[in-house]
Order: sequence, then C-alpha cells, then structure tokens
Amino acid sequence: MALSPWLFLLPGILFFAVYVIAPIFQSIWISFYEWDGLGEKYWIGLDNYRELLDDDRFYTSLKNNVIWLILYMLAVPLGLAIALFLNQTVTGIRLYKSLFFFPFVISQVVVGLIFTWFYNPSFGIVGKLWTFFGATPPAILADETLVTYGIIAAGLWPQIAYCMILYLTGLNNVSPDQIEAGRLDNARGWKMLWYIIIPQLKPATFIAIVVTVIGALRSFDLIAIMTQGGPYGSSNVLAYYMYETALSEYGYRMGYGSAIATVLFLIMVVYISYFLWRMYQDEKS
Amino acid sequence: MFPRPIEHASPAVRTGYQIFLPIALLIWLLPLLAIFMTSIRPGGDINAGNVFGWPSNWQMIENYAAVFQQSKAMTYLWNSVKITLPTMIIAVGLSCLTGYALSAYRFRWAVPLFFVFVAGNFVPFQILMVPVREFSVKTGLYDTITGLVLFHAAFQTGFCTLFMRNFMKALPFELIESARIEGVSELKIFWHIVLPLVRPAIAALSVLIFTFIWNDYFWAVVLINGDDLLPVTAGVRSLNGQFVNQWHLVSAASLLAAMPPVLMFFAMQKHFIAGLTLGASKG
Repeated sequence: MALSPWLFLLPGILFFAVYVIAPIFQSIWISFYEWDGLGEKYWIGLDNYRELLDDDRFYTSLKNNVIWLILYMLAVPLGLAIALFLNQTVTGIRLYKSLFFFPFVISQVVVGLIFTWFYNPSFGIVGKLWTFFGATPPAILADETLVTYGIIAAGLWPQIAYCMILYLTGLNNVSPDQIEAGRLDNARGWKMLWYIIIPQLKPATFIAIVVTVIGALRSFDLIAIMTQGGPYGSSNVLAYYMYETALSEYGYRMGYGSAIATVLFLIMVVYISYFLWRMYQDEKS
Repeated sequence: MFPRPIEHASPAVRTGYQIFLPIALLIWLLPLLAIFMTSIRPGGDINAGNVFGWPSNWQMIENYAAVFQQSKAMTYLWNSVKITLPTMIIAVGLSCLTGYALSAYRFRWAVPLFFVFVAGNFVPFQILMVPVREFSVKTGLYDTITGLVLFHAAFQTGFCTLFMRNFMKALPFELIESARIEGVSELKIFWHIVLPLVRPAIAALSVLIFTFIWNDYFWAVVLINGDDLLPVTAGVRSLNGQFVNQWHLVSAASLLAAMPPVLMFFAMQKHFIAGLTLGASKG
C-alpha cells in the first residue's frame, strides 16, 4: 500500500527528472564554464555573468523582454472586451466564438509568416492602407524603433483569443442572482462590470495573467520567423538571444548561452513561485 | 447574464449588433483572409499589385499541388504526425498514472511532487536546451524522431499531470475507498474504476497536446539537424527560403501547416475548450 503510489509515479518521475528537472541544474552548472559544445569545458567561474553586465545586446534583449511583459498584458483586458462583446445568444454566435478563437490554434510560425506578409510595405495590408491615405508606408520589421512593437502586435493576436476564451467560460459561470441583485440596486454598465462581474471573474483573470506572462517570456517563434532578432539585434529577447549565442552561425557558446538562460529562468522563478504559493493556499483550504 | 441580453435591447441596437458582428469578425481575421486570398491567386498578381482584388485566375488547386510537387511538404506533414501522435499517447498515458498516484493516495510527498510537476511545466525552454541537446547527442537520440518524441512527452507530462491530478481530485473518492475495502487490487481499481471516469479528461488533454506539439518549432530546430526529419512548422520556415518571392506558394504552405490543429479544434471543440479553461470558472 505504501509502495503503490510510487509504482504509479515511477515512469512519470523518471522521465520528468531526466528531461526537465536535471537539465535546469545542469544549465546553471554549465553557465560557469566556457564550452563550445564539443571539446573540453573550462571552468571560468562568474566570468560569463561579468560579460553579461557589459553586453549591450543582453541589455537590449532584457529591455525588450520588459516591453513584451508590459504590452502583452493588454491581451487580458482586450480578451475580456471581446468576450463581453460575444457573450450573447443570437443565432450563429457559437460559430462566431469559434472563429474569434481561431488565431490561437494556429502555430506561431504561421502567425509570424502571416504578419510578415501583413506588414510588408509594398504589398502587405499595412502598405496598402498607408498608401491609400497617401502616406509612405513604414517598413515596420526593418525599423529599429518599431520592430518590437510590430512583433508584439502579432503575438497579441493569438493571446487575446486565448484570454477571450477564458473569460467566455468565466462569464458563463457568473451568478445570475448577483447580477439581478445588482440591477435592483441600480448598478449598470461600467459599475456593474467593475463591482459585480470582474470580482466574480477572478479565477479567469488569474489564469489569463499566468498564461500571458509565460507567453511573453517564452516569445521565441515569432522573433525567429519575423526578424531573427534584427535589425541589428533591436528586436532580440532573452529567449532568442540565448539560442543565437549557443546554437547558431554566431557561434557555439554554450556556457554564455546558459548564463543568459539562467537569467531568464530566474525571472520566471518569480512568477512560478507566486503561482505555486497561490496553489498552496488553495490546497490548504 | 452580462452584458444584458441583446434581445431586450431596442430593435435598432439589435440590428446594429447583427450587422457589426460579421464586420468585427472580418477585421479580426483579416490577416488570415489576406493570406488565404494570396494562396489561391497566381504569383503574377502580387507583383502587379493585385493583392486584395479579384484573383486574375483562380488557381487554388494548382498552388497547393505545386507546394507538394516542388517541396518536401508531404514529408514534413508526415513527420509532424510521427512526432505528435506518439507524444500525445505517452504524455497522456503517463499522466493518468501520476495523476492517480497524486490524487488517490495520501502520502507525505504527494503535494511537493505535484508542485515539482507544475513548476517544471512553466520553465523557459532555454534553460533546458543545452543539457537536453547534449543528452540526446550522447544517447544517439539527436536528429531522430524518437529523441524529439521522448523529450516532448517528458515535458508535457508536467502539464498533463497538473490537469489529471486536479480532474481526479474531483472524482468521488468513496468509490475508490469502498473498492479498497472490498479488497480490489490497486491496479484493478485504476483500470476498471478510475480510467473510465477520466475519459473526458483524456479527450481534452489529447487534443491540447496534439495542438501544442504540432505547433512546436523550437525543439524541432534544437533536436533535429537534417532536412528530412523536420516537422511541418520548421519545414514551412525552410520553404520560405526556397520559395523566395513566391508568396502564393508560401501562403499555401503556411495554411497547410496550420490546417490539422484547426480541424482538430473544430472536431473536438467541446473537449478543447474544456481543457484550456480548466480552473477558469471555479471559485
């Protein structure tokens, strides 16, 4: 009896330990070495981290990660707005909801290709729109100041869809009694939304924030497809910069790459701890 | 219901809503429509500036056939299937076991272990990249579909365990208890009582994992070297280089890559959404 849970757990734990848990510690360990991935590893202590402190590309990536985190959060209120718009019972609304959710199901690689095309100044929609109004279309993905915002906009498209579906489910479960009571108290519109609906949507909001933060910090595919970090590294983020240093034509600096990954991991640990703490509170009750 | 049902609004508002709904959808899906329109017109249209107008020639079949003829699209799609389906089966299978262990037994390690699975599921891929690649090279799993499947299955076990454990926690525990008192073996309880009850969770997880893995790009690039074993996401990326300035073919290939999860979503919509929104509604 005492043994049986372990027998059920064994294959899962083994797998997870080899491929997920151990590599976290190995990465941190490798970040103290200079290593090209093939030859000898050389212990260099904290040198990789010292180098990071003087690395402009690292700071650009870090700054972009912060921009991603902040702007990606727009997905939460925008998802709520679309969910409120679609929370009706007119004919065909189910199909509308599914079609609005569509972008989330598509691979980010395809989203990236779609938006590269969308932003194309000579024949993309952006190009056409600007030309229509008689302006010179901006080359969003080639412009150092605009490029990150352009990629984030592309990333928001599926993310808003995700938040929307979370809120549609949440709205489905809002208690009708409380809405009625609110209406009797003359609460309507924004007041009703703020004081009665949003508090009841708290579980949906929590999940929406968690998945959006993780999505923002994991942003890799879109950057790899749309700009590969360019122009001149201006759209880089830690996830892509790490890959670029460790595994691309720019060289095989596994140790330095692992140091970047460790920084990204530490940022994520803040959120993971918060999430676990919340879950622990739930478990206790 | 909030907002107030539109049936109670004035006829003008109602009509306005009915008209605005398709317009909003059109705007929302505009990028997708644009790429679809591109995929069915001749390449010459785009260079001539005809991007949104009527295609000068409808060549949907020609374009999509050309993708298959001029590229390895078929190989890529088949590779994706070979990666996605086994991953789905292994990850969901393993998590039925772990979920059961973590929900039906009370032992000191149950909660800490559960938290390890949950935490592992959230880590950034990059912190795993170098060691997983090195491990794969050493064990001969690098540049093989098996290697990719094993990694994906292991990583997804975290998410699946989170899901399964919470789902099983909500099952009537008395059923398991009374079977135990009757002296039914643990394995039989799992097989004959628990598994039939978690069928909806298995369905929901399967469609989710299918979508996640089908859409993966990062690990395919890290763990696959050659051109022959790439899944369709990475394949489309390399097609993009091959079909330079042939936007009609790039568009067609992209839509082909996007299709399977879309079909899966429409076929299993209820399960898909149930899986994705788990926890979004409980108080």
